[in-house]
Amino acid sequence: MSEAGAAVKTPLYEEHVAAGGRMVEFAGFELPVQYKSLTEEHHAVRERAGLFDVSHMGEIAIRGPAALDFVQLVSCNDHQKMTVGRAQYTGIMYPEGTFVDDTLVHKMADDEYLLVVNAANRHKDVAYLSEVAAEIDDVEVIDLSGDYAQLAIQGPLAEEILQPLTPENLSELKYYRFIEGGVAGTAAIIARTGYTGEDGFELYVEPSAAPGLWRAILDRGQPHDLKPAGLGARDTLRFEAGMSLYGYDIDNTTTPLEASLGWIVKFKKGDYIGRDVLERQKEEGVERKLVGFEMYERGIARHGYPVLLKEDDAEPVSHVTSGTQSPTLGRALGMTYLPIEATEIGTEFFVQIRNRTAPARVVELPFYSRKKK
Amino acid sequence: MMSIPDELKYGRSHEWVKADGDAVVVGITHYAQDQLGEVVYVELPDVGTSFATGDELGTLESVKAVSEFLAPIPGEVVEVNERLADEPNLVNDDPYGDGWLVKMSGSLDDEETLDANGYQEFLEEESG
Repeated sequence: MSEAGAAVKTPLYEEHVAAGGRMVEFAGFELPVQYKSLTEEHHAVRERAGLFDVSHMGEIAIRGPAALDFVQLVSCNDHQKMTVGRAQYTGIMYPEGTFVDDTLVHKMADDEYLLVVNAANRHKDVAYLSEVAAEIDDVEVIDLSGDYAQLAIQGPLAEEILQPLTPENLSELKYYRFIEGGVAGTAAIIARTGYTGEDGFELYVEPSAAPGLWRAILDRGQPHDLKPAGLGARDTLRFEAGMSLYGYDIDNTTTPLEASLGWIVKFKKGDYIGRDVLERQKEEGVERKLVGFEMYERGIARHGYPVLLKEDDAEPVSHVTSGTQSPTLGRALGMTYLPIEATEIGTEFFVQIRNRTAPARVVELPFYSRKKK
Repeated sequence: MMSIPDELKYGRSHEWVKADGDAVVVGITHYAQDQLGEVVYVELPDVGTSFATGDELGTLESVKAVSEFLAPIPGEVVEVNERLADEPNLVNDDPYGDGWLVKMSGSLDDEETLDANGYQEFLEEESG
């Protein structure tokens, strides 16, 4: 363990420093916010490929004969039909139907699931899941975060770059599936998942193997102009793809239905934590909803800026949850919660930018979707 | 490495100033634009507005952050760099030239600004 207050270095710290990474503390880890240029890294992922160190992410195993029952109890999605080798996105729910965290559930075996969780929530998640598990026989919650480093190679050329490093046939690995196999001579979970809106892979390996794998991928990627990419590009990429960030777009006060994540809320399954609240919300309709918006005059909306329905409103109706100048689309875009009657596409409202207000209008989410092959 | 031209004067919030006829040109330093990253939006003050030293003149925004730039000298804004509305990247590409921000009335007050050596030392102290 590190000393109190000291940020943890990932196994790739030296690689980041050597590559000119601008290191910042994020969720208790020292990670690069960017190397040379955030926007170049962003465009590399959209057009070719980028390599991310996401070793800060937490990994929590759910093991035992009751593993499926337990996952079904804490998650709003339905995992009954998952087969081994599938990954599924979901929310871990409080009794209020709000998010403990959002997570990718991987089915490792009939009696084992691996939850990949946000770094900032890891300890909270382990405590919450352990508390729920204490009421159930035959299930264990095990924090495996220290056992894994995670690298993400993302972008249209990801498969082409990674394929020579593994004997597995990556073209047969479909989206949201994973295999356990070798990459660059090390054992890995190879998952076709990501947080950028592009095709790509997330690789889970033992920490000591991470630097060798990092260098092998950079080396293979060099002819394709693959770039190491930092947290800054990770954020702008996920934002354009309309993917929520915990602590910003979703948190312990928002439900998945309000967050426009209705597709992860299932009712054709048994009882689960928060179900009654979500069911009622589904029947009665939500009072507010997460929307995407664009600023169509001057100004960039940022996280935390007040949102006004009318320009001269004294009190904000909400705040911007995420917002930036989109590198791909070249426009200032944002996300916020609006009262349901104001969520129709084209609805105009205002964002307070420092000492002035600027007009915004509701647009479709996601802002960006890749062209599927 | 960081460029710090000898002929300019510098403010402690990383602006540079230079005399230009009766006016003083203000921009941000190479170091400041590097810290900020690619500038995507510049908010400039209205011509005719007066500022005291240290007042917020405007804001520079990169994809990841918002940064204020401050008046390194007291004075009235007599001109702003209109090109930055469409080409905010000039602040990165040519911080000491086409990426200038505003022109202010007034003169260089040597008590308040640093010379190139002084700014170099200031940067070294600041980065510890």
